[in-house]
Amino acid sequence: MTVFDVQKIRQDFPILKEKIRGKDLVYLDNAATCQKPQAVIDSIVHLYSHDYANVHRGVHTLSVRSTDKFEGARTKVKEFINAGSEKEIIFVKGATEAINLVAQTYGKANIKLGDEIIITAMEHHSNIVPWQMLCEQTGAILKIAPISQQGELIFDEFKKLVNDKTKLISVVHMSNALGTINPVKEIIAIAHEKGVPVLLDGAQAIPHITVDVQELDCDFYVFSAHKLYAPTGVGVLYGKQALLEAMPPYQGGGDMIRKVTFEETEYNVLPYKFEAGTPNIADVVGLGAAIDYLNTIGMAKIAAYEAELLAYATEKAQSIQGLRIIGEAGHKGAILSFVLDKIHPHDIGTMLDSLGIAIRAGHHCAMPVMDFYKVPATARASFAMYNTKEEIDVLINGIESLIEVFG
Amino acid sequence: MFDDLRDLYQEVIFDHNRNPRNFRIIENADKKVEGFNPLCGDRLTLYLQMQGDVIADASFQGSGCAISTASVSLMTEIVKGKTEQEAEELFKKFHEMTTGKDENFNMEAIGKLAVLAGVREYPARVKCATLAWHTLDAAIKNEQQAISTE
Repeated sequence: MTVFDVQKIRQDFPILKEKIRGKDLVYLDNAATCQKPQAVIDSIVHLYSHDYANVHRGVHTLSVRSTDKFEGARTKVKEFINAGSEKEIIFVKGATEAINLVAQTYGKANIKLGDEIIITAMEHHSNIVPWQMLCEQTGAILKIAPISQQGELIFDEFKKLVNDKTKLISVVHMSNALGTINPVKEIIAIAHEKGVPVLLDGAQAIPHITVDVQELDCDFYVFSAHKLYAPTGVGVLYGKQALLEAMPPYQGGGDMIRKVTFEETEYNVLPYKFEAGTPNIADVVGLGAAIDYLNTIGMAKIAAYEAELLAYATEKAQSIQGLRIIGEAGHKGAILSFVLDKIHPHDIGTMLDSLGIAIRAGHHCAMPVMDFYKVPATARASFAMYNTKEEIDVLINGIESLIEVFG
Repeated sequence: MFDDLRDLYQEVIFDHNRNPRNFRIIENADKKVEGFNPLCGDRLTLYLQMQGDVIADASFQGSGCAISTASVSLMTEIVKGKTEQEAEELFKKFHEMTTGKDENFNMEAIGKLAVLAGVREYPARVKCATLAWHTLDAAIKNEQQAISTE
């Protein structure tokens, strides 16, 4: 696509034609999950209709076809995030599982009593709880790098936390509750000075930002396919090959072994060492189709268009009296989290739903962020490449009207 | 603009949301229980002053959505002067009304609380309406720990 044509993109997403309570759907809950283009839906139908069998284990034609498609998707992911090798792309069921995998393998093997793990105050629960569990198991200590009222990492405070006891830093690339995009290259540079590996939680960032894991020099990168216009049930763990080689396996079972006797088991090579059992074949193939689709548009164009949407929405929102934006970082992705004076986010959510507008109301699995801003919850409109300024107008009108109704 | 929502957001609900009744602390209350809805962050503390098994006074503090605020505000009004058993029976009826399983539910039997019947059509909001009553139920049963709707 030479010019970014949002109307053409909208045609590719069948669900956008749905009516909700008699109104045109305005889907602004993309940070929770994105809708799927026809190409992704078709890829799954096609696989099950023509090419499906189990992967990696049959000599028959369908198994070969299925394996080719599955491994083809791995290559697409590798290229999409510019990893060095397919061996560094592990398929899991989501970003959450990827973080748990790193905590329970790399973490257990390398993190001991008194060691420290650093996260930030803007993490999703999925980048808090796995580390708390690891700390409980090992006696390590979880350190929290603080954020400012604007929702930015306080970099000097973060730097002070990095010391000889630090064994891992796990940071969100883009915050799901605030939209903040963290200065991850600077974080990684500081960490690597001390020889500390860094995991980036890319669940939110992946559909909005061009990710180049080699340029970032991150040690682990995790994301969920369903936030990248692909099916649910698939996630990716990228890890530097040397780290993955040294890590013990996560789960035992079929596919992750090379040789099994009752006395001894020899583990399979990367990436299969971490992929026990029959994988989510069709949805991985769907992820490959989503990446193909995104490549026809171009991540840079998507990012530029979404930046325009966010700027437009932010300006309009700021003009509403009694509306407070939560998360005003200088570098932000397409998320508008807000609260209204005396109107609870759940009431905002129900009211907007009656107008066909889907937003998220709640704590966004980031309760510590809510505590920091002293709000029980926020309303969050999160944008994707298929949203339009007209939809933002519908949202803004809806907010203004519900403020009137609540009086 | 919000015609579809008239059953859910009745004027009585807006009124109780704007001016919650019994929104105060009872010093030295006989019973004090916290209720929490982790899904949306609604949080309330319910205070009861007892005379024997009669609820002599009821009040609350906390923050929540319009539905949960109106529900707890209405509840504190209605249970005052009722025995624990009467309050529990009301809870049972309220629960039946809001979960909407009984199509022949007798709205008259529940009086003023009928304004909250609209939540039946909004499964995601039923817990907003019932949080207050689950908290009351815990207070009557002398359960000390905070109540969670999840």
